[in-house]
Order: sequence, then structure tokens, then C-alpha cells
Amino acid sequence: MYAYDEMDRTLVNERVSEFRDQVKRRLSGELTEDEFKMLRLMNGVYLQLHAYMLRVAIPYGTLSAPQLRKMAHVARKYDRGYGHFTTRQNIQFNWIKLSDLPDALEDLASVGIHAMQTSGNCVRNVTTDQWAGVAPGEVEDPRIWAELLRQYSTMHPEFTYLPRKFKIAITASDHDRAAIKVHDIGLRILNNEAGETGFEVLVGGGLGRTPFIGKVIKPFVHGRDILSYVESILRVYNQYGRRDNIYKARIKILVHELGIEKFAAEVEEEWQVTRESALQLDDEVVADIRARFRYPGYEALSDTPDELTAASADPQFTRWLKNSVAAHQQKGYAIVTLSLKPIGGPPGDATAEQMDAIADLAEKYSFGEIRVGHEQNLALPNVAKRDLPALWRQLDKLGLATPNVNLITDIIACPGLDYCSLANARAIPIAQELTRRFANHDLADMIGRLHINISGCINACGHHHVGHIGILGVEKNGEEFYQITIGGRADEGAVVGTLIGPAVPYDDVANVIEDIVESYLALRARPDELFVQTVERLGVEPFKERVYATR
Amino acid sequence: MTSPLQQKIKITGPSVVTANRTWDGIVVYRDGKRGWTPDLADAAIVRTADDARALLAESAADDVVAIGPYIAPVIVKDDGAIEPGNLRERIRRKGVTIDLPIPA
Repeated sequence: MYAYDEMDRTLVNERVSEFRDQVKRRLSGELTEDEFKMLRLMNGVYLQLHAYMLRVAIPYGTLSAPQLRKMAHVARKYDRGYGHFTTRQNIQFNWIKLSDLPDALEDLASVGIHAMQTSGNCVRNVTTDQWAGVAPGEVEDPRIWAELLRQYSTMHPEFTYLPRKFKIAITASDHDRAAIKVHDIGLRILNNEAGETGFEVLVGGGLGRTPFIGKVIKPFVHGRDILSYVESILRVYNQYGRRDNIYKARIKILVHELGIEKFAAEVEEEWQVTRESALQLDDEVVADIRARFRYPGYEALSDTPDELTAASADPQFTRWLKNSVAAHQQKGYAIVTLSLKPIGGPPGDATAEQMDAIADLAEKYSFGEIRVGHEQNLALPNVAKRDLPALWRQLDKLGLATPNVNLITDIIACPGLDYCSLANARAIPIAQELTRRFANHDLADMIGRLHINISGCINACGHHHVGHIGILGVEKNGEEFYQITIGGRADEGAVVGTLIGPAVPYDDVANVIEDIVESYLALRARPDELFVQTVERLGVEPFKERVYATR
Repeated sequence: MTSPLQQKIKITGPSVVTANRTWDGIVVYRDGKRGWTPDLADAAIVRTADDARALLAESAADDVVAIGPYIAPVIVKDDGAIEPGNLRERIRRKGVTIDLPIPA
């Protein structure tokens, strides 16, 4: 966990006081909605279909047990007893009253949590691999650099009114769990030949109306130069980004229209000015940030404790172990993913009761730490393997041990038309029906890794473009229809999926997905050929033929 | 962004003006008494573009109580009952179509 200092606490508390005054003036009519809207958005407050929604940042997806308990408290006291974890390491409260928001933010501030820069045309919450600091083989804990970028970009006056929102993601592992290639800036930490830490920098990735995979703008930027290089990108974007057209305002459009070479040349020219500035990071500054991350005092433990051996006789436990437990940097420890995708449930939702219980379990089994991943699941990052059977039993009672992580029922879905004022179609009920269709865990295991991502509109909050199967809700003559894409990926081999044909009506979506999966099972070259590999090998035609042969 | 009042108003049938109440965000409808109601049955119905424009202008001027007013289609049944005219408005009126994790 990162230890915030008095300056951080003062900044967050002062922000709450400012917002309390702004809300008071709005409710009295002193501020019009036009005047207030930007102020509320800067504090993560949206207006949805039925109510205000508060989006709270979880920097680099790391939470302490007290922080998660405070979120449970906010859900219980000011909302309807649950929260929704999003694809960008945020939590959203869907029913909060404007008049309660200052109190809710004050309560969150008491544990160092805030909603700054979770909306607006600024640098948003910097995200990372949810297994940062514990994933085997990572170059370095990427949260150190995410924190540096967070401090640099928070309330940065030059970048508070960018042409459009701006998202940065960082990974330090070969396997990209942070989807860096679909962010405005993607950073991959690596070492150069001299063993120095630096970054491969990608730019211009993004989803939404016009999806693009990020392009490498610089194969290696030394760690000491990363702030100046990021600033140079932001400056070029700030100057040339399309403020005249909201649909063309993201950096991905600028990079596409200029071409990566010309864009890179502009950045390089800017960088020659900023590189030797105060933005150059001294080793001591990085060391200071690094030192503020407190790591657990791991014990010397066995990788094969008796408790684990004994529990392995239970097939339900072994299924969960295989599916939800991953290797850890430390011998005798494991990373445990908590599925927020129960069969028939809304993806990413957790009740206040679950959040409190997870906080208790984190303190008991994971050195008090919880992680939030972009796939809308949680993780306990530091579980001793001897404790896995006991933890599993308790997670199972809480409905958090569905053994479906990375399988077909581990669906990413945006709130869709049930909540969102931008949506054209519902996403959650589609996800719920699909989890029921594929509820049999033996079947899901046989299908193997398969990510279904669902968005209720072209803004693509459900990352449908990069789902192995992507489902996009559209509206046709007042009815909900859904476009299906296949072959997308969000990892290190990121690619945008291919549309298989005309949109299908709401009631037929689950049937179509079943047809696609049946085709895959019949077409795959061997049992361990993943769905995306089959699509890559054969293209979309065989799937298209199957789906539309009778439609 | 273009103000709703500057946009061309075209309606194809009975319509209401709807918005969200400022202090808590709930769905409200403009009534016929220059106020807001959470009950669609009490909403003012307009049937011409001119009437819709006038109701929207009056609603937008009342910025303190409700925000984001816009014109939404409704269906007026033979018995006079009013129902939302599209899926979005049905969801806004009746709430989410899924079971909430904690029943309301």
C-alpha cells in the first residue's frame, strides 16, 4: 500500500470543502446547472437515467481494507447498499443524492479516497496491472510509476481542459492485464541493455466510436524522462486535438490523421524543450515514492502445505484453485481472484455486506490489501497457500468463489440502458442470460478462455471491440439490437474484433452466442486451441455462416 | 453545445417534458401548473411543436428545481392513461429492468 502524506490529505479535504460549497450554491440556485455541471464532473458526479452517479477512483487498483469498508459504508448510508466496479479501476455508486454527495466524499476522504479526475477532459485515474507488485516476472512494480504520474497529473493546470478525456495505463509484465494498447498512452516497463528502467511508450489507442490499437511512439524512454515525455505528448495533443468535434477529439484521431511518424516528430520537438526541465526525475524522487509503498512481511512458507494437499480431494475446491488462484512472486503465496460474476448476477457489482466481508478476509489472509481489475473482478494479492482452503470456504459462502475467471461467464458489461443516459440498449440482462446459458462449469471449462464484452452503446465502456466475442447494443426503430464482433483481444496481442454480420434482436443474442460457441467447439484444431486462436486461423466466415444460415 | 431551446423541435405525437430533480436526481415531468411531478399521470401533454417549445422553454427557465429538460414521446391510452413512448423512457419511469443486488 502507498502511504499518503499530509499534503495529500490536505488536498483531498480541501477539495471536499470546495465541492460542499459548490453543491450548496447549486441547491440554492446561486449556480445554474450550466455553471455547476463542470464542477460536479470534476468530482466524478454524473447524472444518469434515474439518479446521480458518483465515480470514485481506485488509484492503480489498490485498496486497503479500511478503504473498502468505507466504500461499503457509502453504499449503505448514501446509496442502495451496493457498488459497481468498472473497467477503469473505479467504483460507481448509482443512486446517490446530490445533497448527500459532500458528506459521502468527506467520508471517503477520511481514508484517502476521492473522485477527482474520474470525469472531465483531464488525465483520468492512471491504471495498472491489478497484480502489480506480486505478479511473477514483472520488471518492477508499475504502481511506483503510476503514482508518479498521478501526482504529476492531479489538478495540473495545463491539462485540466484537454480536447477530451485522457487515459494512461501501465504494465510491467509480458502478459498485459492492463489493456495498455487501448489507452491514450500505454506504458510498458522494461529494462534496457544497461539494466536501466524505462518504458516502451504507445500512443493513440482507444475504443469508442472509432477504435484504434495504440502505436509505439518510442521504444525506450528512460524512467527519469517519463514525465517530460508524457508531458510532451499531452502538449502536442492539447495544441492540435480536435476541439471542434467531440467525436474526433481523442488523441487516437489526431495520431491517425497526422500519422504516427509526424505525431512522433512533433512530440520529439517538444521533448527537446521539456526534457532537461524540472520534470526530469532524480533518482531520489523515485526512491522516495518507491519507499512509500509498504510491502507485506512475507513468511518463509511451503508451496505445498498440508492444508492444500488435504483440500485437493474436494473437486469443487480444485476447480476453483485451478481457475481463480495464480502464482505469486513469493514462495508459499498466491494471488486469488474474487469473481464478481455470479451466475445470473450483474457483472462487477458488490454489496456493502460483501465489501465488508472482503475487507475482513483481506485483513485475515492478504495483509489487508485488495486489488481491483479492469475485468470487473477483485483480487486478494497476498494469500498464503496454506490458507487457500479456508479462504475458499468463506468466499463460497459470500458468493465470491464462482470458478469462472477468464471463462465464458466472466463477462465485462457496462451499466447499459438500465442506468446510463448515453446507452441505446441494455447490457446487464444480456450478460445475465449468457451466464445462465453457460452456467455449467464443466462446459465452461471445456470451452476454455473466452472473454465476452458487452457495451450498451458505441462509447464502448464495456470494451466490446476487444472482447473475444464483443456485443454492442444499438437502437433500431425503437428496439434493441446487438452487433456481434469476434476475434478481439485486449492483451499484448490486442486487436479489434470483426463484425460478423447484421445486428440481431435482444431475444436472439444468447442463441447467437451459443451458435458461435458451438461452431468453435466443432472447428477448433485441438482442445487447447483458444477461441481467439480459432478465429485468427479461420477468419469470421465459418462463424458468420453458422449464425446467419437460419436467420 | 446547442441549448435544447435552439434545437429544431419536431414531435410526432403526444409528448411531455421530462428532467431530473436537482437535489436527488429522480425522474420528474413538467406538470400543467408550472411545476414538476414524479408522476407521469400528472404531466402536461403537448401535441404540437409550438406547444412543446413553449413547455420546454418554461421548464428550462426553472433551472433550480430540475435539470436537463427534454421532450419525450408518450402514449395516451383510450382510458386516458399515459405511458412512456419508448424503451428509454419506460426504464426511466419504471426503473431498472434487473433485480438490484439489494431490493429497493
